Amino acid sequence: MKNKSIKVDYLARVEGEGGLHIKIKNDKVIDVKFKIFEPPRFFEAFLRGRKFTEAPDITARICGICPIAYQMSSAHAMEMACGVKVEGMLRALRRLIYCGEWIESHALHVFMLHAPDFLGYEDAVTMAADHPDLVKKGLKLKKIGNDLMIFLGGREIHPVNLCVGGFYKVPTKKELQKMVEPLKWALEASKETVRFASTLDFPEFNQDYEFVSIGHDKEYPINEGRIISNKGVDIPVSDFLNVFEEQHVGHSTSLHSVIKERGAYHVGPMARYNLNFDKLTPLAQKAAVEAGLGPECKNPFKSIIVRAVELVFACEEALRIIDEYEMPDFPYIDTTPKAGVGYGATEAPRGLLYHRYEIDNDGVIKTARIVAPTSQNQKVMENDLAAFVPKNLNLSHDDLTWKCEQTIRNYDPCISCSCHFLKLHVECE
Amino acid sequence: MTKTQKPKLAVWKFASCSGCQLSLLDCENELLAITEKLEIAYFPKASRAVVKGPYDLSLVEGSITTPHDAERIHKVRQNSKFLVSIGACATAGGIQALRNFKDVKEFISFVYASPQYIETLNKSTPISDHVFVDFELRGCPINKYQLLELINAFLNKRKPVIPAYSVCMECKRMGNICVMVACGTPCLGPVTQAGCGAICPSFNRGCYGCFGPKESVNTGSLAGWMKTLNVDEDDLVRIFRSFNAYADSFRKESEAHEK
Repeated sequence: MKNKSIKVDYLARVEGEGGLHIKIKNDKVIDVKFKIFEPPRFFEAFLRGRKFTEAPDITARICGICPIAYQMSSAHAMEMACGVKVEGMLRALRRLIYCGEWIESHALHVFMLHAPDFLGYEDAVTMAADHPDLVKKGLKLKKIGNDLMIFLGGREIHPVNLCVGGFYKVPTKKELQKMVEPLKWALEASKETVRFASTLDFPEFNQDYEFVSIGHDKEYPINEGRIISNKGVDIPVSDFLNVFEEQHVGHSTSLHSVIKERGAYHVGPMARYNLNFDKLTPLAQKAAVEAGLGPECKNPFKSIIVRAVELVFACEEALRIIDEYEMPDFPYIDTTPKAGVGYGATEAPRGLLYHRYEIDNDGVIKTARIVAPTSQNQKVMENDLAAFVPKNLNLSHDDLTWKCEQTIRNYDPCISCSCHFLKLHVECE
Repeated sequence: MTKTQKPKLAVWKFASCSGCQLSLLDCENELLAITEKLEIAYFPKASRAVVKGPYDLSLVEGSITTPHDAERIHKVRQNSKFLVSIGACATAGGIQALRNFKDVKEFISFVYASPQYIETLNKSTPISDHVFVDFELRGCPINKYQLLELINAFLNKRKPVIPAYSVCMECKRMGNICVMVACGTPCLGPVTQAGCGAICPSFNRGCYGCFGPKESVNTGSLAGWMKTLNVDEDDLVRIFRSFNAYADSFRKESEAHEK
């Protein structure tokens, strides 16, 4: 099979509408396209003319899996524009609800979207017939993440309790205690998940990536810090567009993001892990080391282990926050609009999410700019395919197609975010 | 019961955030029980497997925004015995229906550098504008318990029990203090269909209408009350023009306040 083409019209087990199209000629990959045909929804356009206070609720609707990420990046940007900083317990509570989103989203991906690839099932439901305990554990873990979102946010999808300046309502210390027992169970289940993930078979596939994530002096990055990379980027969030740029290509309704000087870069759990290993909580670090993962992991197939490590982290961090929590006097800080520009970048489960807004003195949005994790990872995903396929041409067409899909699913792409689903098309000439 | 005897479920996506179909996977305690009674025949977000139609129950998420999707929805209808649109995008056009009030060409140029690559319709429209819909579940997002009720009713061949009254009814039953009367917070509860569990007032904020207008509403009267709380005309347009902006009564009310 010298010439071939791999084609997946509608990639499954990812969020949104996309496909793959790979052309191989004389055992060489001549074209790789990760096509995104999700219909564009024009958020940046219709945000113009809306009030600054509406941005969190509106941008949440970009993604049903990571609404907190959108609410948080937009709230931070608006607070910066208005010269307000949310600190103390309100900041801690924001980190806590974000832990809920990481737990919910990572558990969904590890157990329901990614694990079936490693164990050879079409989906988690058929996997459940042979591995009922595994799937049930995954669902319970996911539910605990969602329960934390419901408890703090009102509901798991598009929570209602976050606002510019803080929250509409904050829980009492006593109320928060009810999350402790479930999170303790989740912490143990997450440690078991790391052990389970480390026993899976991984192809040899180490890549030289430029990893980009938020970096913070003291914390594993979630909602605050500078933007850093392993190849020299270290900038405040406000400089993002000076270093990164989005390109519009014909085969995608999602914009491709690149580093101006160097091209493709990698965001998400692996980037956070590689850049911030020393900031992980003790149990998360221990679980990673026991799983045989060093402070560096450059095999994207192993991202399933990294997500499991982040599950341990999120549970441990959530428990710490609850333990230290004291109910704040006010649920939010009053924010008076003033004309200016604000920037926000936080770590969505699938990577860096950047927002920039320009508002006027009445708090009306003049311009909006949003760069989602999946549009940043698109080029890296295509590069991975171009590197993976030539080494695996001995596989049958069906097996190779499946592996190509898995190569994309390593990134837990969220296509609604990037514009917004996947389609795989491998062509043999 | 063998696999082929179970009714077949399909989940379709149009322009949306995937939150409503995620609601099915968010039924963590019920998901495996559901799959004992229903075969997941087409659900790309959850499975690689594709079982051919026709499908007994189709859940349709998202709105119609491209020429391609306007054709695709007819194929979905032809392949579905019972079609249910789920969520504000599918039932009212969603937040992306904000384009319906503007020039979409200008929108494209704001977001994309090479507009020639983008194919899109001028309006984002609900599924019922294109094909016959057997039932609608409201919400941005839908309530997963309403989804379970719908599936249960479908399996037992009865009508789903989905209340058509307002959020106020739910709110009162929860014992909340009225945020509009007591705190002067503008609230769409009186004109919005119930189903969410009155979560916004429960968190001390006004309802923002994500379940869309209930039947026969007096939006004009509510807008008048909001004015007494110093809500200006521009904000009234924004209040009625969000996740269900293109639902008839909300659309008319927002247009009534546009200069």
